[in-house]
Amino acid sequence: MITRTDLSLATYCLRLGDDALVMSHRLGEWVTYAPQVEEDVAMANIGLDLLGQARALLTRSGELAAGDGPAATEDDLAYWRDERAFTNVHLVEQPRGDFADVMVRLLWFAAYQHALYAALTDHPDPVLGGVAAKAVKEVAYHLDHATQWVLRLGDGTAESHRRAQDAVVAVAPYVDELFTDDEVVTDLADAGLAVLPSSLCAGVQSVVTAVLLQATLTPVTPTWHARGGRAGVHSEPMGPMLAVMQHLARSHPGASW
Amino acid sequence: MTTTAATLDDVRRVVADVPDPELPFVTLGDLGVVRDVRWHGDTVLVTLTPTYSGCPATEVIARHVLEAVTGLGLAAEVRTVLAPAWTTDWITKRGLKALRDNGIAPPHQGPVSVTLGRHVPSCPRCGSSGTEEVSRFGASACTALWRCRSCGEPFDHVRPL
Repeated sequence: MITRTDLSLATYCLRLGDDALVMSHRLGEWVTYAPQVEEDVAMANIGLDLLGQARALLTRSGELAAGDGPAATEDDLAYWRDERAFTNVHLVEQPRGDFADVMVRLLWFAAYQHALYAALTDHPDPVLGGVAAKAVKEVAYHLDHATQWVLRLGDGTAESHRRAQDAVVAVAPYVDELFTDDEVVTDLADAGLAVLPSSLCAGVQSVVTAVLLQATLTPVTPTWHARGGRAGVHSEPMGPMLAVMQHLARSHPGASW
Repeated sequence: MTTTAATLDDVRRVVADVPDPELPFVTLGDLGVVRDVRWHGDTVLVTLTPTYSGCPATEVIARHVLEAVTGLGLAAEVRTVLAPAWTTDWITKRGLKALRDNGIAPPHQGPVSVTLGRHVPSCPRCGSSGTEEVSRFGASACTALWRCRSCGEPFDHVRPL
């Protein structure tokens, strides 16, 4: 028998897994496009860490939602769901943009994931707690990497500063969605089974703001906020991204290495 | 029918001797990724932990472990656990030496600093501490690329985790 808590926890794992999966795919798109080959390697490696998190979280989500029945696998969930069934935030599905865009996006995302996983390391679910304890160390390195680049770009040339500042403005509307609570997380948080996204906001804001200021960049207050990702309502770039991500599995079912 | 009388100690030995697929001069025992070996009915249950969440070698390692145990004439199952999370502190002294002997700077062991004052590895070829980071990420999930300013050699460095 599947309890309501199991289903909520399945949704929670799916959200964290979808964020990691989609961000991983977008980072992978950078390979051969980064300004230097070391950054091709860096973004592929960061994407690989995120994919590892996604695999464990999607697998766990499938198990929790199935109860004693047959569970959806990580591949079922990654490749055979349609856009409306994905629960990632809009931040991670945005197209590549330029190098400043991806580094400012990664700065926010890594700072968020670092705070989130740090708070989940003692989670009673062994998989979720295990992923968090492992990932918090990996994500610290991602955060450091993004920090180094935002400092160099913001406090670099006039051109790199201009582009970094444009990126700060472009990313700002997508930040608040990371920190938005809804019924699923509030119910779980009441039972000690989730971290309220809103509770992470102030800490993450202060980490990112400190980096931006040191990089001579100006934090901005957005005039609108992205919404709806957790409920499966996505922005226009999500569909084409999924078409690429899911193409191989759908056109050649059962394909393997 | 099998006539071997392999014991758990035999299993532990062959599992610990399986080479890492990406760094074949170190073994799983050297890396500290074998968490447990025990009987589960008539099957040997081997518990492994991945170095990095997304390490692509994990599945190859699991397959090689299965082959090693079934080679003793035993049925085996491999399980992966994430907690407690692997740390480079679990690499044995022998493993650290094998890395250095093969031109890879081993990780600094002890508490990992998450701030910017990071540990500088010495050159695995000439021993100089005058080294610099070339790329924060390297050819495998666990390494960064460094260069020695004294002898000029580039080298991989296993990042402390």
